[in-house]
Amino acid sequence: MRYLVAVILALLALPLAAQDWEDRQVFGAGDAAVTLRIVSSTDTDLFAPLIEGFVSANPDIAIEYLVTNTSDIDKRFRATPEAFDVAISSAMDLQLKLTNDGYAATLEGVTHPAWAQWRQSLFAFTSEPAAIVVNRAAFEGLAIPRTRQELIEILRAHPDRFRGRVGTYDVRQSGLGYLFATQDARASETFWRLMEIMGGLDVALYCCSGDMIDDLIAGRIAVAYNVLGSYAEARVAGDGPLDIILPSDFRTTMMRTALVSGDSPRPEAAERFVRALIAYTPEGAAAGGGRSLPPLAVEDPGADRATIPLGPALMTFLDALKRDKFLEEWENAVVQD
Amino acid sequence: MQDNPKVSGSLRKRLVLTLIGGAALLAFLLFLAVRNFAVQVAQQGQDNILFASASSMLDAASLRDGVVEVDLPYSAFAMLTTPADDRVFYAIYEDGTFLSGYDDLPFFGSLDDDRPRYRTAQMRGATVRQISAHRTLIGANRRINLQIVLAQTQDALSETLDRIFRTAALLGVSFFALAAAMSLWVTSSTMGQLNRLTTSVTRRGPQDLSPFRNPVPQEMAPLVKSLNSLMGRLDHSLSQSEDFIAEAAHRVRTPLATVRSYAEATLQRVDKEENREAMRSMIKAIDESSRTAGQLLDHAMITFRADQMERREFDLVELLRELVLQLAPIAEMKDLALNLHGAPSVPYAGDPILIQNAVRNLIDNAMKYGPAESAVDITVTAGPPVRITVCDEGPGFPADEIDRLTTRFARGQNAEGKVGSGLGLTIAQDVAGAHGGSIELSNREEGGACVTLLL
Ligand SMILES: Nc1ncnc2c1ncn2[C@@H]1O[C@H](COP(=O)(O)OP(=O)(O)OP(=O)(O)O)[C@@H](O)[C@H]1O
Ligand SMILES: [Mg+2]
Repeated sequence: MRYLVAVILALLALPLAAQDWEDRQVFGAGDAAVTLRIVSSTDTDLFAPLIEGFVSANPDIAIEYLVTNTSDIDKRFRATPEAFDVAISSAMDLQLKLTNDGYAATLEGVTHPAWAQWRQSLFAFTSEPAAIVVNRAAFEGLAIPRTRQELIEILRAHPDRFRGRVGTYDVRQSGLGYLFATQDARASETFWRLMEIMGGLDVALYCCSGDMIDDLIAGRIAVAYNVLGSYAEARVAGDGPLDIILPSDFRTTMMRTALVSGDSPRPEAAERFVRALIAYTPEGAAAGGGRSLPPLAVEDPGADRATIPLGPALMTFLDALKRDKFLEEWENAVVQD
Repeated sequence: MQDNPKVSGSLRKRLVLTLIGGAALLAFLLFLAVRNFAVQVAQQGQDNILFASASSMLDAASLRDGVVEVDLPYSAFAMLTTPADDRVFYAIYEDGTFLSGYDDLPFFGSLDDDRPRYRTAQMRGATVRQISAHRTLIGANRRINLQIVLAQTQDALSETLDRIFRTAALLGVSFFALAAAMSLWVTSSTMGQLNRLTTSVTRRGPQDLSPFRNPVPQEMAPLVKSLNSLMGRLDHSLSQSEDFIAEAAHRVRTPLATVRSYAEATLQRVDKEENREAMRSMIKAIDESSRTAGQLLDHAMITFRADQMERREFDLVELLRELVLQLAPIAEMKDLALNLHGAPSVPYAGDPILIQNAVRNLIDNAMKYGPAESAVDITVTAGPPVRITVCDEGPGFPADEIDRLTTRFARGQNAEGKVGSGLGLTIAQDVAGAHGGSIELSNREEGGACVTLLL
């Protein structure tokens, strides 16, 4: 009787739950002993090879993979930390604050370089640079820009060609977009000049890298700034219509991070999953057949300053006052009515 | 003589215990001092960084159009990065109203002065160090007090402190080990001085009562001084008693000799048989007394020399030959032959005066208890042990008394009518004992007594 009720409840809840999430998928055998609830900002198709590898190696664990944007992960996780086992997000700052606020469990004896983990609780497992992605067709007769400055000059020289055809993150919605923007702003004034130019060209604002790349491929926009290069590469194998440019003036590289919920009901399985993530290697990435995430850089990024360091400084731009001020400035530059 | 002194406590133990106990105490104090100092320094370090961070936050605040703006510098949090990834919490208040950060972090400073306040408190299940600081912003028509509270966990601090504690403990232990080793060394070298004095006292010859001249540490000088003065007095009283013995011998023997010569002279002049008999008894008693006095003094002299025995190299055969020569006149009176047998020379280290005295007593017995016109055989054989045997052709020792004849004043039944004191064999035995040897009495099968000195 109780079983029946549970099944009915589950059936009722399923469509509801599915509606709540951008995507929801279950991996692994139906009779697995435990089902891990993983909330993530990574598109399912990019993450699937990794999860499939894990569930085939651990048949006793099934995985319910829930996708939503980074700000939403933070919100939901804070509201019900016991409802999730693992949180995976590209917004390093939000993840770090979750850890700082005590939502993450400490995993003992994980060997991971100090720069790629924080408090043995938050673990980075990819290195993904922000890129300028252009539709080659739209740049007919123009040199492909290699730096932000070159991009500014091209946009300024051909306003008619690019009006309404530039895109970037809406940093008000996207946690990753906000992270990239704040780090860019910290690195150079060029960022603000680029935003002003783009604002003047009626920039299209996006919630996610995926949508931006869709529009680029479709030719609706000609250039997108601060797209995840990893997503673009995953979408266009070899010589597609897109050019992915890692700006040579300075780079902003994000590390995707994972944490085990401190209130996880299945801590052991969750820890196993995170350990498997950490073990994610270039060889594993190659085996994924191209459509997978780039692995963690092997070397300490301390010297090149491109990779955003995992540390309390990430909390700076999450401060309510600081955030308001930054968004105000950003809106002034970008949203020009 | 070998009286063991009463022992109470041990200087060595007392020294070692005091020194090592002191070292342990010092090591522990050292550890505590280093530890406290480290805690202070480390806490001061964290406080300084918290202060710098809070100051940079306050500095970034401004009033624009009457509204507070806090443009948190990236470095404010960046400088709070620690190797242990310490957690950071902060809160910003405007005149006590929460603006941003963590609202479970209340302001605890004082608005009366500008000094920041620090405290250690529990927050979200961790021990955190907190700083409260504030700043007054003055605008065109407003004054606003901006307060900042910053908190940081102490993981890196405690890791550092753990390291320092381990180092401090190691320091303390090595200090203790060094101090303990040094105190053992100091103790044994101090005790060594005492031991050296002890050995030099023990090694001294029996008659060496001269003062100690070797240098000793200042603290031992009084001891050596009293020792020297004690030995001086001992030396003095010993030589006095030696003199006393010689004096007594002289004083007893001389008058006895005088009395005897008078008695003998009187005997010549007395005709009445019963008076003559009385005179003879008198002379015999005088001889007896004289003999006893002589033997007593000899015995006393021997006891004294044996106590202070001084060995020296000499030839036994030569000594005995001289003795035989000395005794020859007495032997002739009894028509006795004194025959010396054995090796031509037997070197020996001992006291010749004592040995001569002992053998004289033995020969004396042989002549006294042996028959006239017989021979006394004196044999020397080289050792070890060196043997000197004196045999006669008399009736031998009374068999039932042979075991007690060496005791003091013991005389056999066969001594009836013979002048003697019963000290001769005692003297011989004491002399043998003083040389680490013994005496053996036996009767020869063909008749006659044999006494052997084993040296
Ligand atoms: N050569 C001997 N033959 C037989 N008996 C002996 C002989 N020497 C010693 N004795 C016995 O041993 C006893 C002890 O001898 P010892 O020399 O000690 O004393 P002493 O001869 O009687 O007196 P003195 O002190 O004058 O020598 C003697 O009294 C005697 O009985
Ligand atoms: Mg005798």
